Amino acid sequence: MKLRAARRRSQSILRRMIVGLIGLFFALPLLGMVEFTTRAPGGGRTLETWATLFDAATIDANYPELKAGILASAGLVVLTVAIMLIMLVPTMTWVRLRLPGVRRLVEFVCLLPLTIPAIVLVVGLAPVYAWVAYFLGESSLWLAFAYVVLVLPYAYRALDAGLNAIDVNTLAEAARSLGAGWPTVMWRIILPNVRTAVLSASFLSVALVLGEFTIANLFSRDNLQVAINLLNKRDASLATAAALAALILAFIVLFAMSFVGAGRRSHQPEEN
Amino acid sequence: MGALLGVLPFFAYTTIFLVIPTLIVVVGAFLDGNSRPTLGNLSALTQPQIMSAFIRSVLLSAVTAVLGAVFGALLAYAVSTGREGGPLRRLVTSLCGVLAQFGGVTLAFAFVATVGFQGFVTLWLQNVGIDLAGSTWLFEPGKGLILVYTYFQIPLMLIVFLPAVEGLRPQWREAAESLGGNTWHYWRHVAGPILAPSFIGAMLLLFTNAFSAYATAAALISQGSPIIPLQIGGTLSSEVILGQENVGKAMALGMVVIVAVVMTLYTVLERRTTRWLGR
Repeated sequence: MKLRAARRRSQSILRRMIVGLIGLFFALPLLGMVEFTTRAPGGGRTLETWATLFDAATIDANYPELKAGILASAGLVVLTVAIMLIMLVPTMTWVRLRLPGVRRLVEFVCLLPLTIPAIVLVVGLAPVYAWVAYFLGESSLWLAFAYVVLVLPYAYRALDAGLNAIDVNTLAEAARSLGAGWPTVMWRIILPNVRTAVLSASFLSVALVLGEFTIANLFSRDNLQVAINLLNKRDASLATAAALAALILAFIVLFAMSFVGAGRRSHQPEEN
Repeated sequence: MGALLGVLPFFAYTTIFLVIPTLIVVVGAFLDGNSRPTLGNLSALTQPQIMSAFIRSVLLSAVTAVLGAVFGALLAYAVSTGREGGPLRRLVTSLCGVLAQFGGVTLAFAFVATVGFQGFVTLWLQNVGIDLAGSTWLFEPGKGLILVYTYFQIPLMLIVFLPAVEGLRPQWREAAESLGGNTWHYWRHVAGPILAPSFIGAMLLLFTNAFSAYATAAALISQGSPIIPLQIGGTLSSEVILGQENVGKAMALGMVVIVAVVMTLYTVLERRTTRWLGR
């Protein structure tokens, strides 16, 4: 007992030291952003940059590129999550119910983007996007097609865990025997049961889309990160503030997600 | 047959936006500007600037993978000894989730604001007589990029490695102690060997993560293309030299080959890991 108590004490000191030191390394650049965005011209502190960032009228009038980027990213978030869910949830459920043979193939395809760097995807997508622009126009919104591919591995894993936790076959058979059609099974039986998995897949997608730069930049489309990078040449302080704000937004999204996950575990303690 | 119709949309979509782009890269790497087969693109990879970009990328990824793995593992251990579901752990894991994924432009700005020419640490160090602003160290692959990349590698290590550390059962330590072993014996003969495969596996994952990263370097470096993702980006955005139309695809193929080799090793290790940690 004495040994264990001593170990716990030394563990606690060690833990604080490690977390403290590494925490300092992580805090400094974030503090740097706060410090940089609150510098007043003559020395001293001002919140002017942050006031500008949250003043919709000024952004609208003086920083149209930032506004366009924010709107584009908002649209991309919605479209990416929508395509991802509409495509993945029915497919993954259907494969479990009727085509267990292709499950490995679906998994392989979904995890494939992990081995293909975004920059490589850009090279291969360039001709594809020439066709997308030809059929659908040059809108930044169509970047969502590529973003769905980027989020595929993360969304697949989240949804796979969710579907593993319920007995898809029994639920679907029960619903079918009571006269439900496939759309009803999907919408009223499966979806409510994998709510939390759907939420975490969506949250991960939101965070990824908010931070995406590579594809949008190389295809010369608008999104938040591209706009921030451009803005940096004109107003470094405002660009840094916008970047920090986006980071905080993504953090809030992921932090909220950690509570969603916790909620599920406490409801279904022993399920796989 | 009817059942197959249900998966048609998925396969149609992934064919257009994932399989075809991959094939364009793989096939295009062996075609010249007039779509005739050639090995010229691959031999163009031996050009000194491309070769050295590859070497720099590999070195940068390897060094930051090791640094990220070591510090990330320490952090993971520290976090795992904390209370499960406690506020510290929840905060640290969410924060790491953001910092690991959210590199790019934000990270570049953060470091410029901190240790750039006008950064507050730079100014502060000037006051005590250390001059960081005198050189462009922050924008060089061997110096600044290592620091900046490590910043997103550590959080990723925590996310990947935490489950492995959490898989260590307290009973193992108690068993080691009841047999007269001390802390060193425990780490050397029990925890170390159990964690080793996941540690190396996570390090490989970190390698591919840094190797694939484009945004951070693109936002930080405005002149030259010292690493391979920037070289590839350059072939997309600038005029291509006649006869070199598909060298970008060959470089992209080179990246895929390196990532694929590393990921295969990772999968092999992952299989070994599951044996002990029962994940």
